[in-house]
Amino acid sequence: MKFGVLRFPGSCDDVDALLAARRVGDAELLWHGERDLKGADAIVVPGGFSYGDYLRAGSIARFSPVMESVIAFAGDGGLVLGICNGFQVLCEAKLLPGALLPNSNLRFTFRQVELEVVQEQTAFTCACGLDGPSPVVLSIPAKHSWGRYYADEQTLADMEGRGQVLLRYAPGHNFNGSSNDIAGVSNERGNVFGLMPHPEHAVDELTGSKDGLCIFASMCLAVEAARV
Amino acid sequence: MKARVLIRPKAGILDPQGEAVQRALPALGFEGVANVHVGRMVELTVEDASQIEPMCQKLLANPLVEDYEIVLDT
Repeated sequence: MKFGVLRFPGSCDDVDALLAARRVGDAELLWHGERDLKGADAIVVPGGFSYGDYLRAGSIARFSPVMESVIAFAGDGGLVLGICNGFQVLCEAKLLPGALLPNSNLRFTFRQVELEVVQEQTAFTCACGLDGPSPVVLSIPAKHSWGRYYADEQTLADMEGRGQVLLRYAPGHNFNGSSNDIAGVSNERGNVFGLMPHPEHAVDELTGSKDGLCIFASMCLAVEAARV
Repeated sequence: MKARVLIRPKAGILDPQGEAVQRALPALGFEGVANVHVGRMVELTVEDASQIEPMCQKLLANPLVEDYEIVLDT
């Protein structure tokens, strides 16, 4: 199982994502100007400030050469995880519904948040509840200025009905004002997932939590299950 | 041809920047101000003005959450 972790000019969480992925499988960085995904079984679009966040977060990265390949990869059913700026890129690329808007408190906010795993049987969450009580609550850091998830009422209702909301901020943890307390959503097919909090920063007890590791472990399980 | 694209949050979407500015104005003695919204402006020179609309759809604005208005400077 090999992860490909994208690197744009302005990415800053690419190395953490690479190291997190390497705890559960192989991983390699993929430069934004290349189209070759180098045989990756799953793609991680990491956090940071791709292309300086100019215009809107993610709006320019979405047109980079590597994203053309990622869009085709997702179209073929490949797993794509977008974290923070990566989530914004995937929304701009229309791989995920909705958009990310400035936090309702207008501040860059960095805090540990609790996330409820709403759907436990998905390619991105299936390892999260394996050795613990249900419902699963993950403690993961979030750090962003533009993290208010927004989609119109009809889209939200459709997503909720189809089980596309995988993670929700626990009560009291929705600091950015996201609709329906949404922290992470998937596409309709279930192979593309984006979240604002950073699972790659929570992979070792040394930094307070390793709850984020289960997102990467889930992707491994899903890729290996698809191979059998 | 010179043009400007005015981009603003869609009506009904929470605009905390607009609200913050609106709250600041009375403190400076400006009363009776409502509906303050903060957006951005893109200035550009183009050979073919008909390209601006698709530019807005594809890149300059996010039509899911933003309205835009194209102003041609003649």
